[in-house]
Amino acid sequence: MIWLNQIIQGVLLGGYYALIASGLSLMFGVMRIINLAHGDLAILGAFLTLLLADHAGLDPFVSLAVVLPALAVLGWLLQRTMLERSLRAGVLVPLLTTFGLAIVVQNVLFEEYGADTRSLGPQIGDLAFSSWTITDQIYISHLSVIIFGVAVTVLGGLHLLLRLTPIGRALRATAEDADTAELVGINSKSVYAVAAGIAVATAGLAGVFLAMRSSFDPYSGPPQLIFAFEAVVIGGLGSLWGTLAGGIILGVAQNVGAQLNPQWQIIAGHIVFLAILAARLVLTEVSSRGGFRVVLAQRV
Amino acid sequence: MSLLKVERLDVRHGLLQAVRAVDLELQEGETLALVGANGAGKTTLLRAIAGAHRPAAGRVLLDGADVTTAPAYRRVRLGISLVPEGRRLFPGLTVEENLLVGGRSGRKGPWNLDAVYGLFPALRELTRRRARVISGGEQQMCAIGRALMANPRLLLLDEVSLGLAPVVVQALYETIASVGRQGTTVVLVEQDVARALGTATRVACMLEGRIVLERDAAAVSRDQIVDAYFGLRRGAAA
Amino acid sequence: MSPADGTSMLAAVGLRKRFGALVVLQKVDFTVLEGEAIGIVGPNGAGKTTLLNVLSGALPASEGKVTFRGADVTPLRAAARCRRGIARAHQVPRPFGGMTVFENVFVAASAGGGHHGRAGYTRCIESLELSGMLQVANRRAETLGLLDRKRLELARAVVTDPVVLLLDEIGGGLTDAEASQLVETIRSLHDRGIAIVWIEHIVHVLVQVVERLVCMDAGRVIADGAPEEVMADAAVIDAYLGSAA
Repeated sequence: MIWLNQIIQGVLLGGYYALIASGLSLMFGVMRIINLAHGDLAILGAFLTLLLADHAGLDPFVSLAVVLPALAVLGWLLQRTMLERSLRAGVLVPLLTTFGLAIVVQNVLFEEYGADTRSLGPQIGDLAFSSWTITDQIYISHLSVIIFGVAVTVLGGLHLLLRLTPIGRALRATAEDADTAELVGINSKSVYAVAAGIAVATAGLAGVFLAMRSSFDPYSGPPQLIFAFEAVVIGGLGSLWGTLAGGIILGVAQNVGAQLNPQWQIIAGHIVFLAILAARLVLTEVSSRGGFRVVLAQRV
Repeated sequence: MSLLKVERLDVRHGLLQAVRAVDLELQEGETLALVGANGAGKTTLLRAIAGAHRPAAGRVLLDGADVTTAPAYRRVRLGISLVPEGRRLFPGLTVEENLLVGGRSGRKGPWNLDAVYGLFPALRELTRRRARVISGGEQQMCAIGRALMANPRLLLLDEVSLGLAPVVVQALYETIASVGRQGTTVVLVEQDVARALGTATRVACMLEGRIVLERDAAAVSRDQIVDAYFGLRRGAAA
Repeated sequence: MSPADGTSMLAAVGLRKRFGALVVLQKVDFTVLEGEAIGIVGPNGAGKTTLLNVLSGALPASEGKVTFRGADVTPLRAAARCRRGIARAHQVPRPFGGMTVFENVFVAASAGGGHHGRAGYTRCIESLELSGMLQVANRRAETLGLLDRKRLELARAVVTDPVVLLLDEIGGGLTDAEASQLVETIRSLHDRGIAIVWIEHIVHVLVQVVERLVCMDAGRVIADGAPEEVMADAAVIDAYLGSAA
């Protein structure tokens, strides 16, 4: 029974991972940019919510109405100023510039807020720990269900946006062939900026939820980036629903690992990530050579 | 005033000079066939007119307005559409989505989804198929349809017959001719010179980046084209 | 086309090349004699570059043989064929940008030609003189213009002591003056007895050097003979321009 609880917790945790991964997945899928500042932008969202809570007494859920648009605009600006130029210089340059951005964000937050860990737990009252008790070994926290629901909604919303709307079609077309997209009338720069705005806004959303379910400090960004990256890679680059699956697999792996030994939680996730990555690489190589039969025959 | 005017256009590919001091003028409603050997600069010239390639020198004028520095997507909105060499459909999008993307520029005109399906009835069966799984001929129809959805005044076609069976090419060219008859100005780059001559009102032959022959299609002989194509009567032969 | 007199240097015997289901070379037979200069022409997609790749060893043949001086070299890869005497200049010159012209050629001399140390230096200087590159020997390769890059390709190929030089569309993108200079360079290599096999689209440049033209279409040789005859051949014109209306 305790295993079942861990698996359920893992699935719900996977919802959070999918949420933070969705922006990273979008940016990579559309622009081939890996935003190394992604985790830090999420933390920025958390700090912004904290600011609104402290100075305006706003409930974190209410302040989303301010935080999300603010971060969307920030993402848009980052793309049009920094990332657009970086892309022109080469595919690897955005890695450098987003790395620099990450350092800037971390240290500005540190200057402002110091090293203390914070949490938005106090602002949400009971929600921080209330849960349904299914049996005496299975607890399902309300907040984690909310987060899972939000993750599915965001991913579903993105899916619908991409499939059904003109801007979504333009995004997909530009992702597949930016050169030809320009030739059919799509301004790829403004399309990229929209994608960046959406990506950073979802990062901020995830950051706010991270702040609610646990604690954060100015340097909490990089671990979140790693989890997001792992979720994207496990689920398959370029697939939104794959990102949900990836997040769930990561969450379950971590929780099962934790059950075996509390110190193994994070490493269990990393091991599963590496194993799946290795399996993917082998499968790609084998299929490019014509399948297992061909490869094994060549060895003989 | 001519619809398209190209003045002393110089286009480079890195160190290579692909288009040299090319002058060209097109009246509305004309169909120009651009022929020449591989590497002569035909595709580069087309891409420079469409805005996909910045020229090193010279100007491109549409209806008298200088569009030389306008990026490709803006030229689509001004009325220049290019059907690129190799079709270049968006492989993960369906046929209909490819067409819809083409209509994004919002230009007014006779071409919409219904009109395009009317022109290419075969596409009606394929609306939900992904572009990567349809045949070469179907892809070419879809690519032309996608360009038409922008209601262009100037339609640029780059090697539409490449890799297609003669019957398919025949049907395509009949369609292109009907588009031209409806008033659209067309420039087509074509390896099959006979085919191009059959559809065009004027023909220009390029050699090593220059236009070396420009005549009315009805007034030019095959021999004249052969000479211009290979450039063998000019310069010292061994 | 059997060699009446003159030794067969390089021969394609019944070459076929397939990429999956796509047959690019159908059945190609021709021979290059010692010291001959032949040009290979044909429309886009005829298989010319694939043929060159199979002759140089960059691609393996699906069927058939490549012989060099009568010996079967089909199993040998490009580097080994280079050491035997088949050199190749590429279509897009790709010098080692950060190295000087001399260093570029020296790498070829020691790795490809087996000339190390002092002997290698001498060979390099000869080769640079032959391709007219001696004055720029100490310039970094990335600062070179297009003509000089092409000449550097030639110098690198020639320093390995080839008896056959394969040229892949080396004439493209040059001005008339530059094209003349390139022709001069290639002529001087030919005068040293190196056999030339040259794929080219710019036919009027090609005919200034070659004595024989081979025309390909759809993976086959459709004409093989004197340049004037081949370029006047109806089948060749049809292949390029499409059938007469």
